[in-house]
Amino acid sequence: MRAIPRQKTRPAIFSYCSDPAILEGFQWLSCYLTTGKHMGFYLSFGTVLLLLAITAPLALAFGFFGASAARSRIAPLAIFGKGYIAIVRGVPDIAFFLFFVIALDQGIEWLRHKVKCSDWDEPIRQGNDFVVCQIAKMPLNDSPQWVHEAYGFSLAVLTFAIVFGAFAANVLFGAMRAVPRAQIETAEAYGMSPRQSFWRVLVPQMWVYALPGLSNLWMVLIKATPLLFLLGVEDIVYWARELGGSKTERFTDFPHGDWRMWYFLALLIFYLAFTKVSELVLTRISRRLSKGQATLAGEAQRKEPGTAAEATT
Amino acid sequence: MKSLLLGSAALALSATFALADTVRLGTEGAYPPYNFINDAGEVDGFERELGDELCKRAELTCEWVTNDWDSIIPNLLSGNYDAIIAGMSITDERKEVVAFTEGYTQPSPSAYAALSEGVDVTSSVVAAQAGTIQAAHVAESGATLVEFPTPDETIAAVNSGETDVVMADKDFLAPIVESSDLVFLGDVYLGGGIGMAFRQSDDEMRGKFNAAIASMKEDGSLNDMLEKWEIEGQF
Repeated sequence: MRAIPRQKTRPAIFSYCSDPAILEGFQWLSCYLTTGKHMGFYLSFGTVLLLLAITAPLALAFGFFGASAARSRIAPLAIFGKGYIAIVRGVPDIAFFLFFVIALDQGIEWLRHKVKCSDWDEPIRQGNDFVVCQIAKMPLNDSPQWVHEAYGFSLAVLTFAIVFGAFAANVLFGAMRAVPRAQIETAEAYGMSPRQSFWRVLVPQMWVYALPGLSNLWMVLIKATPLLFLLGVEDIVYWARELGGSKTERFTDFPHGDWRMWYFLALLIFYLAFTKVSELVLTRISRRLSKGQATLAGEAQRKEPGTAAEATT
Repeated sequence: MKSLLLGSAALALSATFALADTVRLGTEGAYPPYNFINDAGEVDGFERELGDELCKRAELTCEWVTNDWDSIIPNLLSGNYDAIIAGMSITDERKEVVAFTEGYTQPSPSAYAALSEGVDVTSSVVAAQAGTIQAAHVAESGATLVEFPTPDETIAAVNSGETDVVMADKDFLAPIVESSDLVFLGDVYLGGGIGMAFRQSDDEMRGKFNAAIASMKEDGSLNDMLEKWEIEGQF
């Protein structure tokens, strides 16, 4: 069969990569693993890590506000907080990802449409179609592809933060109640206002109770990132599936059979290594938070010879 | 009054320019020879070449976007891109939700392939990609249908023995059959050729692409392209 002439757009990192058909072993592999397509795969690891780095603090913030609202003495705020926790925790993630993101995207475009194209006389819903004027599109049709990707990524971050924020809110809500009542009572005895005792006594002490729940959430979040592809962000699982699928020599310089197993093995190692590192970090944080606390772990630390002096300073 | 009219005319003109500026083309990127991701990580294939040429003839700037096959129609309708050019056969069922251009391939044969000859395709387990005309055909044929989200997984399924037979477009299967142990079992003609799909409210842009396709049929450049990518049928 005649090979299809393809443009060689690949920036050859190694000079010997110009004709992979004659290469073997290590040289072939080094060329194969440095194709533009593989660069996209490596880059997607960065995407996933960036998503986690932004989502985790944001979800924690959502959780904190959710929990604070839920225990508020102002009824509407408490209803809002409890409603947020109950509804988002109750809806399956995948349904939330499919429904909420489309609704959010169309909501933004609808608002922009109302503001920017007030003289538009056609309906926005035409049968199945959702049609807004061109300048109300989010992002604009003629903006470069990276803007579209950044927009999709932001939607993903926000959605993840809302979903995981609800779980975090429930964890923090419980943690706030776990702080011994005696601590708050002492604060009140010193004449602190509810606001002061909340910020100075309750919040610093609740983290140690929240940590096991939050660390669970973090582990689940790490593994939930393949949901990114539902939002059009090309994540590591998408690339592993695409690169691992069998390729015939007509369409690639590097034909191979079904290699998905190897790519997924690489992902397995990545996820295991990542969770291991997380565990180490979480253990350290947990030690740190237990210091001087009226818990078993805090008491054990107090009795350790090395740390006793430190605790008194 | 005149300046007001002129002003609004200029506004209308600039609005159409903005409309004509960039067209986002949605494809799957997993269905060679029609569309696939090449070694450099870019969209490549018959439809890439065709789409670029159509945009040139229609004097439009085009941008390629990849999307999962499962959600390719919903994302078109909600406006994430403006057209689907992804080996999508023209069928009456799809016509209810999207509007097609005229076909840019002839109604092309779909084919069954298996690891050995003599498998009865009406009583065995057949793999097909979900949401395709092949999947619909298998479901009606009396065979047991097993659906997969990507074309590649249907091939993997028959190779691993998970299913007995795979069914897909013959043009997709041909290079795979040639370089593996699979053999063709038989052809079926399904669908009315492959066309680009637009939102039903987008007649203006569809008209431009229809004109471009017609002009490519006329001067024979479409036939050259079909031949180059070894897709059956000429105009």
